[in-house]
Amino acid sequence: MNILVLNNSLDTYLVVGALLFGFGCYGMVQRQSFIGMLIAAELILAGASVNFMAFNRFLAPNPTVGQIFTLFIMAIAAAEAAIALSIIVAVYRNYRSIDTEDVVELNG
Amino acid sequence: MEPSLFTVEGLAGLLFLGLLGVTLAGAVIATCSTNLIRAVAGLALCFLGVAGLYYYLNSPFVALMQILIYVGAICVTIIFAVMLAESSELKRLRQRNGLIGPLGILASGILSWALAGMALKTEWYKSACQANDGSLARLGEALLTTYSMSFELISVVLFVAIVGSLVLARAGRSKA
Repeated sequence: MNILVLNNSLDTYLVVGALLFGFGCYGMVQRQSFIGMLIAAELILAGASVNFMAFNRFLAPNPTVGQIFTLFIMAIAAAEAAIALSIIVAVYRNYRSIDTEDVVELNG
Repeated sequence: MEPSLFTVEGLAGLLFLGLLGVTLAGAVIATCSTNLIRAVAGLALCFLGVAGLYYYLNSPFVALMQILIYVGAICVTIIFAVMLAESSELKRLRQRNGLIGPLGILASGILSWALAGMALKTEWYKSACQANDGSLARLGEALLTTYSMSFELISVVLFVAIVGSLVLARAGRSKA
C-alpha cells in the first residue's frame, strides 16, 4: 500500500479522528486547570467533526449533510467556549485560581 | 496504481502526510505542554491541520470556516482567558496521585485503539448514488430549506450563549 494515496481512503480519516478523540480524553483526565480541560474538549469535538466529514465524503448519499452537521458542531463549540470561559473568569474572580483542586467545594 | 512522487497526485499525497503530521503534533502539544499559552498554540496548529484535512475531503468552505471560527475566534478567546486568569500550570504541579498520568494514557490509548480498530475492521458500504455534488451552492440551499429550522435554532443558541456569558462575567463586578 502506497502511503501517497492515503488521502483517498476513509480509514485514514477515521484513524485520525480516533487519535484526536484519544488525545482529548487524555487531556481531560490529566489537566489540572479548567482552561486545559476546555482545550481537551475542543480536541474531542475536532475528532468528531473529522469523522463526520470523512463519512460525508466517502459514504453519504447526500454530501451536504455532514458539512452542515460540522458547521453546527462549530457553532455549538463556539457557544460552549464562550460560556466556559466566562464561568472560568467568574470562578477566578471568586477563588483566585483556575485549578480544579481548589474549587472542590463547588461539587454540589 | 501507484502515483510517483513527482506527479500532481504524488505531491498532493506528500502534502497530506504533512498535514497529518501537523494535526497530530498540534494535538500532542495541546495535551502535553505545561504552559497554557503553548497548549493553545498547539490547539491552533491542530485546527489548521484539521482544516487541511477538510480541504482534502472536498469541502473548502468548511475548511475556511474551521480556520475562521476555531483558529481566529476560539483560540484567541482562550488566550484572552489565559491572560485574564493565570499564566502557568508549573507552580501548581502539586503532589497528586501518581497513577493518574499512566492510567490516563492507558485509558485513552485503549479508547483510540478500539475506535480505530472498529473503523478498520468494518466493511463500509458506499451508497449507490449521490443526490448532489456537495458544492457550496447545494450547501446553502440545504441550509435555507431542509435545515432552516436548525439554522434558526443555532442562531438562538449562539445569542443565548453570548448574553449568558456577558451576564456571568458581569456578575462579580462592582457597580461602578
